[in-house]
Amino acid sequence: MNLLSDPRWNDAIGHLPDYLGNHVRVSVAALVLGLAASFPLALMARNRPVMRSVLLVVASIVQTVPGLALLALFYPLLLALAALTSSWFGLGFSAFGFLPAVLALALYSMLPVLRNTITGLQGIDPALTEAARGVGMTPRQSLTMVELPLALPVIMAGIRTAAVWVIGTATLSTPIGQTSLGNYIFAGLQTQNWVFVLFGCIAAAILALVVDQLLALIESGLQVRSRIRVTAGIAVIAALIAVALAPSFARTKSGYIVGAKTFTEQYVLAALISQRLQAAGLPATTREGLGSNVIFEALVNGDIDVYVDYSGTLWANQFHNAGIAPREKLLADIKATLAQRNIILLGELGFENAYALVMPKARADALNIHSIGDLAAHAGAMSIAGDYEFFARPEWAALKKAYGLSFREQRQMQSNFMYAAVASGEVDVIAGYTSDGQIAKYGLTVLDDSRHAIPPYDAIVLLAPRRADDAKLKAALQPLLGKIDIALMREANLRASGTGADSLPTAVARWMWAKINEK
Amino acid sequence: MSDTPPLIAFSHVAKSFDGGRVKAVDDVTLDIAAGEFLAVVGGSGSGKTTLLRLANRLINPDAGTITIAGEDIARVDPILLRRRMGYVFQSGGLFPHMSIAANIGITPRLLGTPKPEIAARVDDLLDLVQLDRVQHRDRFPHELSGGQRQRVGVARALAAKPHIVLMDEPFGALDPVTRDALGADYRALHARLGLTTVMITHDMTEALLLADRVAVMREGRLAALGTAAELSRSDDPYVGELLGTPRRQAERLHAALSRNGTP
Repeated sequence: MNLLSDPRWNDAIGHLPDYLGNHVRVSVAALVLGLAASFPLALMARNRPVMRSVLLVVASIVQTVPGLALLALFYPLLLALAALTSSWFGLGFSAFGFLPAVLALALYSMLPVLRNTITGLQGIDPALTEAARGVGMTPRQSLTMVELPLALPVIMAGIRTAAVWVIGTATLSTPIGQTSLGNYIFAGLQTQNWVFVLFGCIAAAILALVVDQLLALIESGLQVRSRIRVTAGIAVIAALIAVALAPSFARTKSGYIVGAKTFTEQYVLAALISQRLQAAGLPATTREGLGSNVIFEALVNGDIDVYVDYSGTLWANQFHNAGIAPREKLLADIKATLAQRNIILLGELGFENAYALVMPKARADALNIHSIGDLAAHAGAMSIAGDYEFFARPEWAALKKAYGLSFREQRQMQSNFMYAAVASGEVDVIAGYTSDGQIAKYGLTVLDDSRHAIPPYDAIVLLAPRRADDAKLKAALQPLLGKIDIALMREANLRASGTGADSLPTAVARWMWAKINEK
Repeated sequence: MSDTPPLIAFSHVAKSFDGGRVKAVDDVTLDIAAGEFLAVVGGSGSGKTTLLRLANRLINPDAGTITIAGEDIARVDPILLRRRMGYVFQSGGLFPHMSIAANIGITPRLLGTPKPEIAARVDDLLDLVQLDRVQHRDRFPHELSGGQRQRVGVARALAAKPHIVLMDEPFGALDPVTRDALGADYRALHARLGLTTVMITHDMTEALLLADRVAVMREGRLAALGTAAELSRSDDPYVGELLGTPRRQAERLHAALSRNGTP
């Protein structure tokens, strides 16, 4: 297929106003906040050697924390803070999306501004500061009339570096609930939509370059005292911000927000739910690519209204249950725990997406491995791959304990690359998902968990506390309950991992709805 | 000169650096009369620049008092004090990001003088230091020669119409011809505007040619003070040494020039 005539470009462009607008807003807010914090700090620290080194060391340490981790850390931090303020002052705030993203990115932007402002001011010829005093300037006049103008090129270079960093790192704010150009990249990576990944990267790069050049224009304007250049640079940046703000004002009317975690099935189900709501006349938008722990808290706090989770995930991860219970007991248990937090378990979709140990069928047959128990004897010579969560999850501990598993090597992989990896023999076994269509595609087999080490993972629809009495919402989603069996979900997932226009989550969701109605 | 009250008076002034280890100025008492042109001569580290910086409170003395027109400057706001005095820096000290006009007009601007008045004053000052106003007003320091920059430095020092001008090796970095011309031009300005000037230099010849009196500094102390004639009668070996070079130069020049004059 011709790369440029790919219909997914159009789909990508359709999301641009939303993603770009949000990206610009979060970046600008973070930069402004970062500047507002670091600039006065740099001025205060320039004549205080101890404060200067402490500041630079702290800022450097912050810089070494990977962007994604820094963003992820701010979420629980704010969550705790929000709980504190609401219990003390009765004033809570959302720890989801914009706020943690802005704070983390602002922190990230501080090092270049701090460092360049301090170095720029220190690099000024002492003869000139002496001259400034000699002609009768106050310390403040010396700073504003002589030192800052002379340090300006170095300071601006720092601001430009910060701007490029923030715009680039803002793509990582998607998993904590802030829409950004990263939505293209995360969604594209999960659904193997390389057009999206490319589009997101290019859009972020262009935005960074444009902002950098505008700042360069302002800088050169200040240097040669050209009011036209400064005004032009500031005007374009102001226009950019205005354009970024405009759609958000237009779209603030409250609708239903459908959450999705960071894998293909979730994108498809979110699209399906959102289409059902729209069909029922309820305005709905999706918030995709949310981290597994972020999404549940987001529902509790009402930042999203509905999403699909899995019983075993809630059981083990959210409610920290050890051991395992039979399916019915586990579901009832979860329902009761959810009710305590006013969350509605609307019902099951009808399939299970459990972790399962998967290997090529041919190889399993050759080694006479049919269950995990059979695998244990061979495990010492084998390698296993899992997603980024798996080896830290209680299921893995339970599996190891129940079967005495010990592999030669364990590796972490992007989940949708695992199947190809095990099919090609790159690894011997993977911890796959039972509903993944790639199991059939690559001729893999799911090993039997005869000792029930892995809890059941029924897909369940959860509603936010504030939607508890929303009959319209419940009615709109009712037709989905119990109607999606494992075969349908597998095929849907396989379709969504394709590369054509019909592999878009929205297209696959429409196909699913048609299939559901055929039954 | 001794019957008029001094305009600037140093009385037992001392200043040390590095926690007292370096005595930059050590018990200096010195009166400078209104209208006088005093040159302060000494080697590097003799304390001559420190003495000058004490006069406009760029630094404060550890001991002793400095008065200007009878007023103890320790009780004067240093910012206002500096705005009242002209200061010419060693290598010009011009602000590279400001035009020549902005550099010259800086002290009046700090004093809140209206803009048109500053502009007129800048033009007058450019005339005064013999720089073409139209050609130089809007240029930047880096576009000027060393001599021109130093002329601008002088103009800037005179901008707020001070009575006192402090000069820190103002012509030190210039070539001999420019240096001589600038020195002579400044001496004329000094007389014309009725200034009181304290000029730091390491060059005894320059000091003798320009100043009314020369103060010789050595290791923070005032080694000698007087007119050229008075200094030449001094029996201080250091002063003799300092006077030796200009004397020999003068004799050799005299001899060379007279030989050439009578072939």
